[in-house]
Amino acid sequence: MKEVFKKPHALTDKPFHYCPGCTHGIIHRLVAECIDEFGVEGKAVGIAPVGCSVFAYNYFNCDMIEAPHGRAPAVATGVKRANPDLFVFTYQGDGDLASIGTAETVHIGTRGENVTIIFVNNAIYGMTGGQMAPTSLPGQVTTTSPYGRDKHIQGSPIRICEMMATLEGVAYAERVSVDSVKNVIAAKKAIKKAFQTQIDKKGLSIVEVLSTCPTNWGLSPQKAIEWLRAEMIPYYPLGVFKDKTTESEAE
Amino acid sequence: MNKVTFNADLCKGCRLCIEACPKKIIALDEDCLNAKGFHPAAVKEMEKCLGCAMCATMCPDVVITVYKEEK
Amino acid sequence: MGRKLLMKGNEALAEAAIRAGCKLFFGYPITPQTELSEYMAKNMPKRGGLSLQAESEIAAINMVLGASAAGARVITSSSSPGISLKSEGISYIVGSDLPCVIVNVQRAGPGLGGIQPSQADYFQATKALGHGDMHFIVLAPASVQEIATLTGEAFDLADIYRMPVMILADGALGQMMEPVDFEEKKHREIPEKTWACTGTKDGRPHNIVNSLIIEPNELESVLEERYKRYAEIEEKEVMYEEFMTDDAEIIVTAFGITARIARTAVTAAREKGIKAGLFRPITLWPFPTKRLRELADKADRFLCVEMNKGQMVYDIKLATECRKPVDFYGRTGGIVPEPAEILNELEKLTGKGKE
Repeated sequence: MKEVFKKPHALTDKPFHYCPGCTHGIIHRLVAECIDEFGVEGKAVGIAPVGCSVFAYNYFNCDMIEAPHGRAPAVATGVKRANPDLFVFTYQGDGDLASIGTAETVHIGTRGENVTIIFVNNAIYGMTGGQMAPTSLPGQVTTTSPYGRDKHIQGSPIRICEMMATLEGVAYAERVSVDSVKNVIAAKKAIKKAFQTQIDKKGLSIVEVLSTCPTNWGLSPQKAIEWLRAEMIPYYPLGVFKDKTTESEAE
Repeated sequence: MNKVTFNADLCKGCRLCIEACPKKIIALDEDCLNAKGFHPAAVKEMEKCLGCAMCATMCPDVVITVYKEEK
Repeated sequence: MGRKLLMKGNEALAEAAIRAGCKLFFGYPITPQTELSEYMAKNMPKRGGLSLQAESEIAAINMVLGASAAGARVITSSSSPGISLKSEGISYIVGSDLPCVIVNVQRAGPGLGGIQPSQADYFQATKALGHGDMHFIVLAPASVQEIATLTGEAFDLADIYRMPVMILADGALGQMMEPVDFEEKKHREIPEKTWACTGTKDGRPHNIVNSLIIEPNELESVLEERYKRYAEIEEKEVMYEEFMTDDAEIIVTAFGITARIARTAVTAAREKGIKAGLFRPITLWPFPTKRLRELADKADRFLCVEMNKGQMVYDIKLATECRKPVDFYGRTGGIVPEPAEILNELEKLTGKGKE
């Protein structure tokens, strides 16, 4: 009998601390599978964020650095500039990447650093207990938008892939989701494409993954998946927003 | 015969595998509590398993290993 | 002995860093450290290195964190308001046991303050540059030559003790032109960076560079270990300079540029029959507490002179355990005191020298 699905080598044996049904675990596994498939574990350095995935450094078998909140792109820049032969990726949530670290996010794009960003968007602050995120949807109830996010008060959610796609240095930007088997497979394909972009030294690659937070959304894992599909995908359309990977060596 | 195995102590009973299974052969084992205090997912009728790995694809905790019969 | 070059303090610092094997500079423009970044931008690429202008001080210090975690020798420089922005990253760097060199070419604060020289960041540098229980080494050069020597030393200290080393200069030292000799410095054994994130090469367990330790007992024991290292530094790495302290009745304490001015005042005081001396801490942390305590048994009183409203003076009082009176004289806002002002204070305090 042939083993057709098992835990990837790039994941450690540490059980994830995530809540039941939280799709961070799926995304971790996809990243690890891609590390395995490209055979880059031995030269990979991952940058963990602050937020629910702060302990990511315990879960990946490659060298890992825990960055200050929002600063993973700057830390990744330091690593890559110190040693361009390393394979460098960041793993960041929406508060980290799209709020406190927006400047770092934009400028890693303007510089076109040859690293990969895995951006997990679940429209809420999970670790601190369900506060409004920069990506929380209009009307979304959170502990700090108890009457629903009102664009006249809290502004409108930020679409990161669309924004990053405008930057010269961004070689690849795609938004995916992990709400179904089909979409999980597509998400893996996107991460592979992003990794290939880095291996080919094309510039910054970013994959935004729509993810669930059953606990802080106050929904069962199944209902959370349905909410992601019904509410998030219409505001955050899936697809490729930038692809310079097929272009020949730029100027 | 195709086979899936569950590392039951890692399961958090989220049911995402149950939803994903095209043959609907996975259920939470109500008679069992794992080390984390959850009823873990388990397959009742293994002979119906397609070895499609859809359950494992949706599992957020890398609980499932899938074996497929070689042709 | 090598050839002497006439250089600005800021440029000498940059050159010394490159000669110390530093290949990476991350910074953000701010007056009055500009020459340092510009020297790096001009010279790093020619010498196999990289100078990168970050989008902010915050990004620059986190690039330093990343480069250091990857095992490289790395430096950043800024001036007071920029250092405040870096304080978050500095705390993480300390918490992650990473080596690096940070330069503060001080200007007057608070807020935007002014752009003239100042020593008003003494408290920040020695007491509060980041949240949490922490120290790092702070070096205070007083000449362009010493800037160069201490910069080389800073990289070694950082690597040996796995912590940031700050060079606390000021606008006057940074802009001042003096001859400098980048002589061979003393050789120190640098430990191998087995903790660095250089890729496992599929041959060793993964390295984790991290400052998060959730379990209180574990965090406490990590801090206990780090404080043992701090104690070793306090034992081994204290640096200071004395001038005519042997028979001094009044000892002026001053660091950096102020110490040079104080030295002129001490010489002038001696000519007037005042038995004055000068004590200049070179390491502001570790502070030369032991030596100051000894001096407190010999001298009658101390006068601490600073370019601020009185900061190091507290450390002098603590070190001397208030056994002898400690007075303070300072100018602030970007004003450098004149030797005559210090001499005047010495005359007032000793009741001597005035006709």
